Amino acid sequence: MSAAAIRKPVFGIIAEFPSATTLYEAAERVRDAGFKFWDVHSPFPIHGMNKAMGLGKSPLGYIIFCGGFLGFTTAALLEFIPSSFLFPLIVHGKPVNFFTVPPFFPIMFELTVLISAFTAFFGVFILNRLPRMHHPLFDHEPFSRVTNDAFFLVIESVDPRFSETATREFLEGIGGKEVTVLYAND
Amino acid sequence: MAESDASTTAFVERMPRHPLVWNNHSMAWISDRIAGIVENKAPLWWWVTIAITSSFAAFGIFCILYLLFTGVGVWGNNIPVGWAWDITNFVFWIGIGHAGTLISAILHLCRQKWRTSINRAAEAMTLFAVICAGIFPAIHVGRIWMVWFMAPVPNPNWIWPNFRSPLMWDVFAVSTYFTVSVLFWYLGLVPDLATMRDRAKGRVSRTIYWILSFGWRGGNRQWRHYEMAYLVLAGISTPLVLSVHSTVSFDFATSLVPGWHTTIFPPYFVAGAIFGGFAMVLTLMLPARSLYKLHDVFTWDHIDVMCKLLLLTGSIVGYAYCMEFFVAFYGANPFERFAFLNRYFGPYWWASWTMFTCNVIMPQLMWVRAFRRNWAIVFFVSMCANAGMWFERFVIFVISLHRDFLPSAWRMYYPTWVDVFTFIGTHGIFLTLFLLFIRFLPMVAMSEVKSVLPESDPHYHPPVGGGEEPVEEAHA
Repeated sequence: MSAAAIRKPVFGIIAEFPSATTLYEAAERVRDAGFKFWDVHSPFPIHGMNKAMGLGKSPLGYIIFCGGFLGFTTAALLEFIPSSFLFPLIVHGKPVNFFTVPPFFPIMFELTVLISAFTAFFGVFILNRLPRMHHPLFDHEPFSRVTNDAFFLVIESVDPRFSETATREFLEGIGGKEVTVLYAND
Repeated sequence: MAESDASTTAFVERMPRHPLVWNNHSMAWISDRIAGIVENKAPLWWWVTIAITSSFAAFGIFCILYLLFTGVGVWGNNIPVGWAWDITNFVFWIGIGHAGTLISAILHLCRQKWRTSINRAAEAMTLFAVICAGIFPAIHVGRIWMVWFMAPVPNPNWIWPNFRSPLMWDVFAVSTYFTVSVLFWYLGLVPDLATMRDRAKGRVSRTIYWILSFGWRGGNRQWRHYEMAYLVLAGISTPLVLSVHSTVSFDFATSLVPGWHTTIFPPYFVAGAIFGGFAMVLTLMLPARSLYKLHDVFTWDHIDVMCKLLLLTGSIVGYAYCMEFFVAFYGANPFERFAFLNRYFGPYWWASWTMFTCNVIMPQLMWVRAFRRNWAIVFFVSMCANAGMWFERFVIFVISLHRDFLPSAWRMYYPTWVDVFTFIGTHGIFLTLFLLFIRFLPMVAMSEVKSVLPESDPHYHPPVGGGEEPVEEAHA
């Protein structure tokens, strides 16, 4: 950390934990202490961590449902407008009105799946505010091991309960190692 | 693996619950071993193999260009065999893809944690197989500049395509399948690309991985959405994978050709696709496992389970063959009866019996545990299944078409060299893409394998005393 960086505003405090188990227990303590703006970082999703952090279910499922409904509607319009109105194509003498849904169904299904998948994929990154190329965490050298085998807990300075000294002591008290203050990068 | 006194050994002792990653490896070991494949210099065998496969690919592309510049007459297709190797190859390749989606989607929903070691490679295999499959419908139209007629847009005479045609369904099914497979695969890849980014030494490679990983930070607030998206993608891919081969089978089942016009086709095609796909996963992963020393990640237990799936799906396929034959007999339709007698005793009898032997009889070897744990036998059976599944499509398409209703319309089909080399060329394309994949991207989902280690359970406590292996906790 260069001298210039120290003058920057504090982003938060990071602590390292030796294992998924200790991180899980620490997360429960942080949740119970009433912090709101904090996160745990791990190489893989830890089972039950949402509960330990007091987070509910991701709202993404509802967004994907809307995407799927959009796909379904698109397919229905794409099929019925040309087939019933623009160019009614009589094949095998079968009617082309709305009552002949079964042969139109496969395409409705496929587009429902297609738009749901796009919504799911892009939804993850939009909800996570990604892509983001710069983040204060990346300035913390040990953080590069988060995608390998390290576990971190970060409490951000925007949290109303944040205090540079008390939060540091709190993190050390719940077993955090290498507790470090992070500075915002612009 | 000797089991001489099996009768005296308790079941639990004979079949202990092994950890998914053998030999108590740490998370760092997993990262090093798998990312190391990409970071280290390519071994000699890789260069030799890709030289061979890319030569085949180049020749295959030459055959495709020759076809496009000359016309479909360079193939052996004729009347009545209007669909021959082109559609055989299309269905063969699209079927191969199904195992990848089964592993990534259906096994995820079933909480089959062993899938984590193979899902990445199997999904990549899916993508490359669907690319190979997609070549054939595009080029078999002959006049490639007309290929846009498959799109759901009106042609210059303002005639719209028939949305009730199975061929139109097929266009939507295959393109959706490919797109969803890419998204699913890439979503799984993002945390591993972040691992590659954090390990990268060079500035350029670091930047590239940074962009590819979207700046992933592994925070639980990110994982929360990620896991939901992964679950939903698995949920929608499950009916998708079942629908794709069903739709492919509708291309045939909705026609009136004897041998095609049966309701058994959708489940029979899906089972066959999964069978053929698992065989291809084994064909690719057995060598990759040895060459990259992944024995502790892709263990004998994985191979064992996949062999059982091969046995199951092979047996379903065998049941379908027999049931088709029985229904032809019982249905009292003389054309249908003839089609099935002609299938097994007509001029192409050798194709049908090859199919039956490779797909139904050979997988029965997998009943024996010792065979499931012998790589030579597993590899042999999976090669049989690969060949058998290609013959299955040949049998269904060509044999059914070459003698349909009127004997005056019968005609034999013989492939030309263009047919043969186009098919071999797609193998070249497939293997070249797969080799590039294992060279430039992590071939095992590192973050997922780490998540199934015993110590990844938040309620795990290391065993007290004794240096024994940690026992995997039964997870609700």
